[in-house]
Amino acid sequence: MGAGEVPGEGGRAARAGGGVTGAREVRAQGAEISAPALGMILFIASEVMFFAGLFGAYFTIRGGATGWPPAGTAELEIWIPAAATVLLMVSSVTMHAAAEAAGHGRDAATARWLLITIALGALFLGGQAFEYSQLDFTVSDHSYGTLFYSMTGFHALHVFAGLVMLGLVWIKTSRGHLSHGRSGPVVAAGLYWHFVDVVWILLFATLYLLR
Amino acid sequence: MATAVWEQPRRRNIFARPTATTGWYSWVTTVDHKKIGILYGVTAFVFFLLGGLEALALRTQLATPDADVLSADLYNQFFTMHGITMIFLVVMPMGVAFFNYFVPLMIGARDVAFPRLNALSYWIFLFGGIFIYSSFLLGGAPDGGWFGYAPLSTKLPTDGMDFYAVGLQFLGIASLAGAVNFIVTILNMRAPGMTLMRMPVFIWMALVVSFLLLFAMPVIAVALFELMFDRLFGTNFFQVAAGGDPVLWQHLFWLFGHPEVYILILPAMGIVSEVLPTFSRKPLFGYAAVVFAGAAIGFMGWGVWAHHMFAVGLGPVANAAFALSTMFIAVPTGVKIFNWIGTMWGGSLRFNTSMLFSVGFVAMFIIGGLSGVSHSIVPHDAQQTDTYYVVAHFHYVLFGGALFGIMSGLYYWWPKIFGHRLGEGLGKLNFWLWFIGFNLTFGPMHIVGLQGMPRRIYTYPDGMGWNLWNLMETVGAFVIAVSTLVFLVNVAVSRRKGRYEAGADPWDARTLEWSIPSPPPEYNFAEIPVITHRDDFWHKKYFVGPGKTAEPVFSGGAAEAEHEAEHHIHMPSPSYFPVIAAFGLLVAAYAVIFGLPAVAIGLLITTLGFFGWVFEPGAAE
Repeated sequence: MGAGEVPGEGGRAARAGGGVTGAREVRAQGAEISAPALGMILFIASEVMFFAGLFGAYFTIRGGATGWPPAGTAELEIWIPAAATVLLMVSSVTMHAAAEAAGHGRDAATARWLLITIALGALFLGGQAFEYSQLDFTVSDHSYGTLFYSMTGFHALHVFAGLVMLGLVWIKTSRGHLSHGRSGPVVAAGLYWHFVDVVWILLFATLYLLR
Repeated sequence: MATAVWEQPRRRNIFARPTATTGWYSWVTTVDHKKIGILYGVTAFVFFLLGGLEALALRTQLATPDADVLSADLYNQFFTMHGITMIFLVVMPMGVAFFNYFVPLMIGARDVAFPRLNALSYWIFLFGGIFIYSSFLLGGAPDGGWFGYAPLSTKLPTDGMDFYAVGLQFLGIASLAGAVNFIVTILNMRAPGMTLMRMPVFIWMALVVSFLLLFAMPVIAVALFELMFDRLFGTNFFQVAAGGDPVLWQHLFWLFGHPEVYILILPAMGIVSEVLPTFSRKPLFGYAAVVFAGAAIGFMGWGVWAHHMFAVGLGPVANAAFALSTMFIAVPTGVKIFNWIGTMWGGSLRFNTSMLFSVGFVAMFIIGGLSGVSHSIVPHDAQQTDTYYVVAHFHYVLFGGALFGIMSGLYYWWPKIFGHRLGEGLGKLNFWLWFIGFNLTFGPMHIVGLQGMPRRIYTYPDGMGWNLWNLMETVGAFVIAVSTLVFLVNVAVSRRKGRYEAGADPWDARTLEWSIPSPPPEYNFAEIPVITHRDDFWHKKYFVGPGKTAEPVFSGGAAEAEHEAEHHIHMPSPSYFPVIAAFGLLVAAYAVIFGLPAVAIGLLITTLGFFGWVFEPGAAE
């Protein structure tokens, strides 16, 4: 994972590094964005295509369906997911606060904000698990169920991956591995978290609000 | 890194990095892009031999009508595995092998941006290949064709298509990791002065291919997940009775599948764009046009997928739109062809083996490209769908194109990688057998295809007028096999010490990798070069004298070798976490098919691998 790269790997350190006789300050062509952040942006770009594929499948199947949801299946309740949406949006704000703090080298604040973000993300997943337990259709009943569970499920998996990523960054921060303004991994993990958040907003609008 | 001043710890840290630089262990833990490149190349070549053996079995079965060499079932498994192997386990990783070895060398960098991610990518590729091939021993290989059309593929009874769905997913992770790595490397780590428009065309093609991978792999990932869920969990993506859509798979697959075609061919185009100028002793004709044509292919490749689906019945408007975009995408390819011919025009040509393969590439790719354009004519395509005409077409672009380019690259860069050339005599024999065998095998397929012989049939009756052509094709396939053996003999013979010793710059070439010793030292460049021209190394060797001829520069120039010796350049230390993380995924992949709960064990191993990855020290103490 780009976020996990340590110094000493990666081009700039290797290039600037190590006692090359008579080495002048060698600056690579066009290295404006740090490697972890650029790597993360590219990874997110690829994730956009993943969810685009899922949304494409959704609208292809929904466009050809006779009833949506199919007869005998109730419309989804929106209050629990709406509350979960608010939690996730707030977590994006706290994530931003963590990245800001990291940029200013305030490690304690960074760690605190990261922890709050993780807690909000975990609450979101809890809400989703609760909602699953309340539903009266399964993944194999009809294409409606298939799409609902696979899209929300893939998103939940991404939230979980984001939590793991934030957890690793949190450990590194609280151990002081990322002090002295080395905010790259926090920023990279934050980019991913915001992405997961934006996808949820689209999912919420598509699955719950579009009737 | 300040690690050197730390006190030596008494107890060995579990995160301490391995240090071996020789022996098999150094290959397992390596993060050196050159070693990983060699691993990629060797592995892909082994898979090439396997895929080739499958092809020989298929051709033996089809040599005569009503033959009985393979059962219908085994035939299905073999043609499916032949396609999967050649596309995902041979041509794609061969391109990646060249990217790995030469992207850092050609842009003047010491390694790729994420060396451990690079190692992870290789191990996932290797385990993914082993995973798919193990299906032969575990109840039957995939048998639904390499494009595995759902809903049929959701109903095939053996575990084969599960191996297909999970295995390709697995290989996709390797491609994604590689793509991110190469884009960051190319954008962030070029030597000072190497602007985008001074990059070698091969690097441009690596960049375009990486972007195509980045955007195409997730699309097939969605399709494969849907297939896997339909098969394993009873979901209804493709099941019409429960409201699913039977054409959805085709859209998703070809939305990946057509960019994939360019993923396969662009690396070869990059190789040819390096080889032709070197052996014509001229700069590439129309550099900017070649670069923009490559980028244009990268964009337009997304708008032509439904030409694989003209027989589906999407309606005249959709068919007409995709017919037009398909005609249009031939334009940038044509631009490249003319530029390559323009490069050779008036040059002082050296027809060694590498050059022969490149010229062969241009010639064969023209044929494959023309039969491709013929598919943009909808009625023609509807007639040829699922016949041998299609098989002929894509073998002319993938074998006549991609594999010719890869062979050219092997002969071209062999001295850089191993320090000695491959023999020219055996090399030329290799080329001519390859060229003749190829045309003998795939040329007649145009004819039997137009005569209506369907692809993917395991046998055919006598008296259809196909016997002679099919026998000819089988003979051709064996000629290719002999040619491959000649290549292997050449590799073995050329190793003999001192036989074809090559210096740093045996071809008098133009790009940076030739400015350093062969094989390159671990750190590649003792001093990072400063770039002032396109084809910078050439300009360091020659200047344009009076009368517009190239005159050698007498001082400096190629004699970079005495600079090396006692530099202490810190390179990233080896790591065993990439192979651990990849192994966890392998466990998870088997668990998906044979015992779902065990997926947790696999993912746990992978997570632990990543945990160690994040917390291991930056360099060995």
